[in-house]
Amino acid sequence: MSRKLLLEKEHVPGIRSYEVYRREGGYASVEKALKMAPADIVEEVKKSGLRGRGGAGFPTGMKWSFLAKPEGVPRYLVCNADESEPGTFKDRYLMEFIPHLLIEGMIVASFALGSNVSYIYIRGEYAWITDILEQAISEARQNGFLGSNILGTGFNCEMYVQRGAGAYICGEETALIESLEGKRGNPRIKPPFPAVKGLWDCPTVVNNVETLAAVVPIINEGGEAYSKIGVGKSTGTKLISACGNINKPGIFEIDMTISVEEFIYSDEYCGGIPNGKKLKACIPGGSSVPILPANLLLTTAKGEKRMMNYESLADGSFASGSMMGSGGFIVLDEDQCVVRNTLTLARFYHHESCGQCSPCREGTGWMERILKKIEYGKGELKDIDLLWDIQRKIEGNTICPLGDAAAWPIAAAIRHFRDEFEWHVLNPEECLTRNYGLAHYADPIHVPVMA
Amino acid sequence: MAEEIKTFKVTIDNITIDVPAGTTVLNAARQIGGEVAPPAMCYYSKLQGSGGKCRTCLVEVAAGSTADPRPMPKLVASCRTTVMDGMIVKNITSDKVKDARAGVVEFLLLNHPLDCPICDQAGECHLQDLGYEHGKEGTRYEFARRTFEKEDIGPYIQLHMTRCILCYRCTYVADQLTDKRVHGILDRGEHAEISTYISKAIDNDFSGNMIDVCPVGALTDRTFRFKNRVWFTKPVDAHRTCDTPGCCGNVTLWLRGNEVFRVTARKDEWGEVQSFDGKPGWICNTCRFEKKKTVDWVIEGVTKVNRHSVISQGNYENLVMPKETIQEVMGGREPKLLMDIHDESEVNKPGVHLSEIAGPAHSDVFEENR
Repeated sequence: MSRKLLLEKEHVPGIRSYEVYRREGGYASVEKALKMAPADIVEEVKKSGLRGRGGAGFPTGMKWSFLAKPEGVPRYLVCNADESEPGTFKDRYLMEFIPHLLIEGMIVASFALGSNVSYIYIRGEYAWITDILEQAISEARQNGFLGSNILGTGFNCEMYVQRGAGAYICGEETALIESLEGKRGNPRIKPPFPAVKGLWDCPTVVNNVETLAAVVPIINEGGEAYSKIGVGKSTGTKLISACGNINKPGIFEIDMTISVEEFIYSDEYCGGIPNGKKLKACIPGGSSVPILPANLLLTTAKGEKRMMNYESLADGSFASGSMMGSGGFIVLDEDQCVVRNTLTLARFYHHESCGQCSPCREGTGWMERILKKIEYGKGELKDIDLLWDIQRKIEGNTICPLGDAAAWPIAAAIRHFRDEFEWHVLNPEECLTRNYGLAHYADPIHVPVMA
Repeated sequence: MAEEIKTFKVTIDNITIDVPAGTTVLNAARQIGGEVAPPAMCYYSKLQGSGGKCRTCLVEVAAGSTADPRPMPKLVASCRTTVMDGMIVKNITSDKVKDARAGVVEFLLLNHPLDCPICDQAGECHLQDLGYEHGKEGTRYEFARRTFEKEDIGPYIQLHMTRCILCYRCTYVADQLTDKRVHGILDRGEHAEISTYISKAIDNDFSGNMIDVCPVGALTDRTFRFKNRVWFTKPVDAHRTCDTPGCCGNVTLWLRGNEVFRVTARKDEWGEVQSFDGKPGWICNTCRFEKKKTVDWVIEGVTKVNRHSVISQGNYENLVMPKETIQEVMGGREPKLLMDIHDESEVNKPGVHLSEIAGPAHSDVFEENR
């Protein structure tokens, strides 16, 4: 069983309350960090190799070191708790059951970055978690970990929770900042980046919940020790929210050294696929990342075992790989229809596009309509090529990554499951009564031997 | 001693110019002019914060700067990207740009009603020009187009949301010219629309400028709707002393005979309002909607019109030939002419100036031995 850093104490009764959390060793990192120099904390996070857990996987220490520090201008730390990616629900679990871990990480990060006012921007639908977090914040304040002159060090920090109003786009950091300022949640045009001009035009760091929580073990055990967990550039532990056709859906903390196969089939994690069904496909990192057929999911195109870490999941880039993303692991068994699944995702991105830039505003709706046509037996073969062309013209041409996120799942579905799409078009009546099934998607891939 | 302004050398489509630091790629390209300047549907140099949304001005940056010559991984919005010293930009010389731009034009036209024959903007519509230059002959969209109800916002302006491309320019006008914005973007994605707060009328003195900045026919002048096609009217520059603070009083009158059909702000070659004494020449609603007689105005003369614009068709004087940059882009090589029409036909000889002949042109006018 691999080491747990974030969820180590998840089953201690009452861990949600300050007393129990403190008794179990909580807030030790704050006591330690506030005796360090802020620059040393940033250095420690850099050494840990921690990568952003929100999806992009950008090195957190690097992000922190980019923060502009002009004289007399406040700096802000914003926690992105607008977790809205279909398939991802790890932050919810963390905030709901161990809220003090996030608060603790945020106090350390606020100190390291010099933020005296920090915000948690939480997804509007997580209404009950707002109360949990506010309770945790007030407990931390009562015990001197928030407010003015924390632990007698002269460091002041206030923390506020702001609820979103139900828009996926507000998880994009600049849209989040706009929304936090009370405006319409449209992504900003970058540059300037938030590290220079963020919240109220001041330097701002926006980090994911899990990233900020991971700061706690990094400070407690040291960046070096943290970087030894995991493999290569995938250091530390990662929360994976697994769902779909598996026996044990839920949140798992992995140390990124296990294989995808083990993750799906071992009883410690997903526990295999119910009813003796076979694995057909998987979206390994939340709805935006490319879907992979079973054969490419378990083995890379080079014939190596695919592991649950940033590098291995991305091996073969988009041609034959996917992404770690935000850790929303969605498993599809042989009874699932990839066209249907792609339509569901396309509908989501159509619904969530902010409408600011033209390719995403017009393209997402167009793709959904075409997919609907194909799914309901009205498609033509040329529609598949048209879909490919539309996604290609959206990808990379939009203001924010939502355009890419809408394009990638469709591109991957066509790339790997084109014959399923064609079967839908060529069997317009049959496709309404049955699904394509597993077909050849789990067949071993022939890997040419290199001389 | 005046401080020396730092200039950057930037190469756009093989043409190198020096521009002050902080200039955007789009504005640098506009200084070169001609085909090199990318089209812009949402950017408006006189409105702060505009741009970046329509994605028609995407360009390829082949080299970031002399210091860091790496290319940029994605196409960038030229209106919101500032030049760096030694930057190399590809606009019409990049296949990626052409492909992306064709895509953007297709997206913009997807839900556009293409009702140009009954649209008052026809003839001076940026989307029409864009479609003409970069669009495909047909659409691949086979679903019902998005439509909205027409809405009168105030006594002077009609909003035809179906035609809107959501460039946000009118909201910037409201933010930056008027004291209080009462309209904005409602809803999101494909359903996003411009609307007033519970259809509250916009009755600000400068609201009419929203019509001028609208690149399409979404905001039209209710005092001019269906009165005339713009190419049948004759634009003349005129001014009056206006006592509304902030109104420049310099306008273009659109005449037919002595009748003033329409009053607009004076536009430059990029379709933006001209600047007077360094300030954008916005005009007030009194000048725009109330002063519809020639006696209200001091007429300065015929407006300069782009030779390629449809508005030029009724005017023989004061036409401006737009700059051609193709030869420079191609490193001095001339584009290969497949056929010169003047070799085949004697009509419309370039040497004959229509403004100098008496009466309508006749084939006799062009005969060699006249």
